[in-house]
Amino acid sequence: MEQKHKEHSVLAEAFNNNEPRVNWHDETLWWVRQKRDKMAWTLPEWEELREAASQIKHNVLGNLHDYLLAFEKNAIANGAVVHWAADAAEHNRIVLQLLQQQGVKRIVKSKSMLTEECHLNPYLAEHGIEVVDTDLGERIVQLAKEPPSHIVLPCIHKKKEEIGDLFHEHLGTPAGNADPKFLTAAARLHLRKEFIQSRVAITGVNFAVAETGEMVVCTNEGNADMGAHLADVHIACMGIEKIIPERKHLGVFLRLLARSATGQPITTYSSHFRKPKAGQQVHIVLVDNGRSRQLGREDFRNSLKCIRCGACMNTCPVYRRSGGHSYHNAIAGPIGSILAPNLDMKDYADLPFASTLCGSCSNVCPVKIDIHQQLYKWRQVLTKEGHTKKTKAAGMHAMNIVLSKPGLYKTAGGVGRWVMRTFPAVVNNGMNPWYKQREMPEAPKQSFADWYKKNRQ
Amino acid sequence: MSREAILAAIKKNQPATQVLPDLAGFSHAGPGDPEAFRKVVEALGGQVFEITSFDEIQPLVAEHYTDVSKVVTINPAYFAGAATQWQEGDGRQLEHVDLAIIPGQFGVAENGAIWVTESEIEVRVLPFITQHLAIVINKDKILPTMHDAYAYIGAPTTGFGAFIAGPSKTADIEQSLVLGAHGAKSLTVFMIG
Repeated sequence: MEQKHKEHSVLAEAFNNNEPRVNWHDETLWWVRQKRDKMAWTLPEWEELREAASQIKHNVLGNLHDYLLAFEKNAIANGAVVHWAADAAEHNRIVLQLLQQQGVKRIVKSKSMLTEECHLNPYLAEHGIEVVDTDLGERIVQLAKEPPSHIVLPCIHKKKEEIGDLFHEHLGTPAGNADPKFLTAAARLHLRKEFIQSRVAITGVNFAVAETGEMVVCTNEGNADMGAHLADVHIACMGIEKIIPERKHLGVFLRLLARSATGQPITTYSSHFRKPKAGQQVHIVLVDNGRSRQLGREDFRNSLKCIRCGACMNTCPVYRRSGGHSYHNAIAGPIGSILAPNLDMKDYADLPFASTLCGSCSNVCPVKIDIHQQLYKWRQVLTKEGHTKKTKAAGMHAMNIVLSKPGLYKTAGGVGRWVMRTFPAVVNNGMNPWYKQREMPEAPKQSFADWYKKNRQ
Repeated sequence: MSREAILAAIKKNQPATQVLPDLAGFSHAGPGDPEAFRKVVEALGGQVFEITSFDEIQPLVAEHYTDVSKVVTINPAYFAGAATQWQEGDGRQLEHVDLAIIPGQFGVAENGAIWVTESEIEVRVLPFITQHLAIVINKDKILPTMHDAYAYIGAPTTGFGAFIAGPSKTADIEQSLVLGAHGAKSLTVFMIG
């Protein structure tokens, strides 16, 4: 099997070489997950809110055609120009054309996972236009020439000392200063200059309201507002699934989004862009890029309900211990693993296997996407389509034989326990992938079936 | 044109429609709790002062800010001597504003958010570009939740509106919370009543 990237397991293994760092990554994200829990539990109606959000999104999936038309009509009436892009390439062409019309060479962009998905920055760079990412975390990974490793916390994999070094090199801060407060202040000064100079701003969109044609953009930093309000041209890029029916539905989603994402009651800024400011152009680029195809996959369409909070990543035992870059996709973690195979089954065939199927992702999802069920279903689709490795298929086949024959299972279990107890080196070595970054447990003397026979009353 | 192709694909692939949920159960009849609102704003890194007259604003600003010289306001009654002629321009004229004092329409008790629209602030970038932000709201305009907030707002009448909850912040560097990312470095709420 030929792939453009190394597989998740290979990249995860590299990430796991530095054990203290893995532990730090793991604990930091778990801390965010705990903040989310604390916030969720303050609302007695939390589960009702999740259910309502899931139902609203289901209604959106069933009426997406009409809602998009309504949104387009209202957005145009508000004074915006609406563009439609079938795929990433068309999205990038549309944005480039708008920038060329303005004759700009350097622009600001606030966080937009869609533009990451479309690889907009490198495309514009090829055409001589530099994009300055203005979300602090995104700016940091941009200076490091890396993609974000998390959709909400883009540089969660970076230590402050590394950030201090980057800022020293690119922004001229004193060598060795890694104080977050100091570095944030330096970034504020650096990016203020960019905001003031930039005539075009690109933003993402969190929610687009069909009823009013307005877009809601949520940030804590204020970078979307700084960019968009100072620009002559505001380009908002959004996936077609960002539509919600009515304004009142924002109440449900804004209550869930930040609580799920970072354990805040709401983001600092929830900005409602309806009409361009006087003299300003607003362009909205509606992007399909495989979403209409995913809509037609009954088992996987619920993935389009995602509001990009990142809760499934923060809770995922595999994400926390393998890092976002091991997913080699703009969106990492459990949700990324069910979205990516829709984009390219072959290239992302490894991702649905990067999971323990523990179901924690589904439990925290604010729109109740059945993430772990979809991971399991993707495995079956990918195996059927021939995108999984032959060794994995052979292993599964052998397991199938053993597990479907109780007598054989009993014998194999007995042999396995005897080998593990008598010759532990047979399994405790680098040849056994289960031994990597793990201690093998001591095998018990008897099987559960034997124990049960002796101890049942 | 991709528009038609995208719409046709969606029409073909979208599932059967499902009714929208009834959100009435989330709404509250009564007002929100100003004390709860204050606690959330403080937890977000903002400060809240209860005042009975606009005259109290200026001494409080003098007491609590050390780095404020250029003050702009919408309502001259908020702050004597503040600049009131600053609307002309594309927003960049506000680059060096230290403190902007603006009215907010209402606050939300559950999350400390204050609804601010273009009709009050006049220049959209003002509450973001200013180094420090102060918002004046009526104590009796605190709503319990976001559901009540949207019920109160109703249909949009302005081109731009934002919920502002606390000062600008980031935790992008090792999850250390730092106030003052790109927007206002501090938020003061004057609750008048």
